[in-house]
Amino acid sequence: MVARFTPGIVAEVAGWLGYHRPVAALTRSDVEHVAHLARLGMTPAELDRLQGQLNHILDQYAKLAELNTDAIPPTAQTIELENILRDDVVTPSLPAAAVLANAPAREGEFVLVPPILGAESR
Amino acid sequence: MAIDLTSLLAHEMAALLRSGSTSSRALTEAHLAVAERQNHALNAWLLIDREGALRQADAADARIAAARRDGLDGVAGLAALHPLHGIPVGLKDLISVEGGQCTAGSRILAGYRAPYDAHIVERLRAVGAVFLGKTNMDEFAMGSSNEYSAYGPVSNPWDLDTVPGGSSGGSAAAVAAHHVPLSLGTDTGGSIRQPAALCGIVGMKPTYGRVSRYGIVAFASSLDQIGPFARDARDAAALLHAVAGRDARDSTSAPVSVPDELLHLAASDDEAASWLRGKRFGLPREYFVAGMDPDVERRIREGVAFLEDAGARVEDVSLPHTDYGLATYYIVAPAEASANLARYDGVRYGLSRRLEGGDFIADYLATRGEGFGAEVKRRIMLGTYALSAGYYDAFYLKAQKVRTLIKRDFDEVFASGIDALVAPTSPSVAFRFGARTADPVAMYLSDACTLPVNMAGLPGISIPCGLSEGLPVGLQLIGPAWSELMLFRAARAFEGLTAAASWSGMPPTHLAASNDGAGPTPADRAAALATLAAAALVAPR
Repeated sequence: MVARFTPGIVAEVAGWLGYHRPVAALTRSDVEHVAHLARLGMTPAELDRLQGQLNHILDQYAKLAELNTDAIPPTAQTIELENILRDDVVTPSLPAAAVLANAPAREGEFVLVPPILGAESR
Repeated sequence: MAIDLTSLLAHEMAALLRSGSTSSRALTEAHLAVAERQNHALNAWLLIDREGALRQADAADARIAAARRDGLDGVAGLAALHPLHGIPVGLKDLISVEGGQCTAGSRILAGYRAPYDAHIVERLRAVGAVFLGKTNMDEFAMGSSNEYSAYGPVSNPWDLDTVPGGSSGGSAAAVAAHHVPLSLGTDTGGSIRQPAALCGIVGMKPTYGRVSRYGIVAFASSLDQIGPFARDARDAAALLHAVAGRDARDSTSAPVSVPDELLHLAASDDEAASWLRGKRFGLPREYFVAGMDPDVERRIREGVAFLEDAGARVEDVSLPHTDYGLATYYIVAPAEASANLARYDGVRYGLSRRLEGGDFIADYLATRGEGFGAEVKRRIMLGTYALSAGYYDAFYLKAQKVRTLIKRDFDEVFASGIDALVAPTSPSVAFRFGARTADPVAMYLSDACTLPVNMAGLPGISIPCGLSEGLPVGLQLIGPAWSELMLFRAARAFEGLTAAASWSGMPPTHLAASNDGAGPTPADRAAALATLAAAALVAPR
């Protein structure tokens, strides 16, 4: 799914060294959209509160635009390990009963899930 | 024998177990009694497992009896036991213990039973440790005060109206209040070191990759590490020794050997302090900035003077990108959290709301909307936004690049010959309930001195270095990757230097008040303070 935002205020501020930074403030509809993407059901009061809080936090992010990072590689993790593969051997799985015991709904040895395809496509 | 077993350090308990002067059952009973008596006032525990703990204690005692029979006069057999054998330990409630609860401080995991043991739990079982229970925490380890637990706040045993820090607030308070000599927590941005500082105990975040996270509820996978709390450096080192090392089930756990010297830190204060001679410590100037409590800074500078007097060289250094740590962290951590917490969908486990009508999206919205608390929702929102199309480069990629700069700052300082950095752990002492909950950024600033260390994947330790207005101050030592042994030697040296200080080994000042089983709970105290704060706001009008 592609997320699209229409920031209420978008100010393109020319930073140091010709670096441009977008200073975007989340509108109420942006907040609702992100909440939907994140699958968080919230009350109007919660969304109102979040809008102000998120924008306050996003203001802190703007500080990063002071740094020119064009030539800097990203760090995703800090220790120099790569491609550690496990041995290709069969090991026991967790006991099905212990795993199924946590399922909110089940039928026999199966976890019962809500239908994800509409009635018309079945 | 009038000895209070709960006042002992773990290595002192271990000596008594070996000499036959006490049993694991007696130790466990004594600690259970204090934990059960004080949990009303402190709320440090989400579960006190009396039966399970006593069963493990009896098994530990049986092992000791067998070792005594088998070895030559029992000596060889007893020597083979790990120092943690028979010792009560607390586990943060995001560590899986087979068949037990694992709430991560969240409503969404209420009722969940872990189907398997975490790697560290297997390791602790193997050395014969006793699990006293599961400790309170900020929901999904997101918070710096333990006020974001779905199961109520925790009081700091130094002042019951203040927070113990977080997110591992229960683990820290339980050790400070002598409910256990040892506990485990996790540290993603300071969640071990900051509560250790605020509760006046030792807490270490090891190098990223040092301890396997298999069986731990994930928050931010490129930052999370497990580490020990204890009331002295030797105990903390022994606990790290028990749980550290490669585990194939966490592919980020590193094949780096765990030194046995962790079990043999100097016993004598003088010997420990002599290690400091010729060592070079760096004082990063960016960690002593506006916003820091001046009295906390004084305690840190006094600590530095102790190190210099013992023959260490302390020099000013610079970590120029420190100021960008907060923004970087609050992009990277929420981004990773938003991905990790996507698994709580109410389908396979955890809270589940199935609405009429069969709209599965509506089910997700209801389950997650009800199951997560406000701070967790905030971070999921931030992370989802920062990772979304059109904003990924501006936020997440940018933050990962700045992360490189933060890491390079540390690399350069250590490459210049500095052995370890000395800094405050927290810019303030324990704060009152409600002081920082109104403004998320104020809460986030609690970790300004700890989170750059996570960004760089380095080990850091917080050790007590005095009191400010009666509340503990923590001194943070930061070392290069895999230097935990060196940090523990430095911490042990500092303990040796300060052994005669009035605050050294001092029990928390509100322990007696914590015994009141009919007085206010931490939630009552927080509510009373909120009422007072509201009245003060309204009064001037």
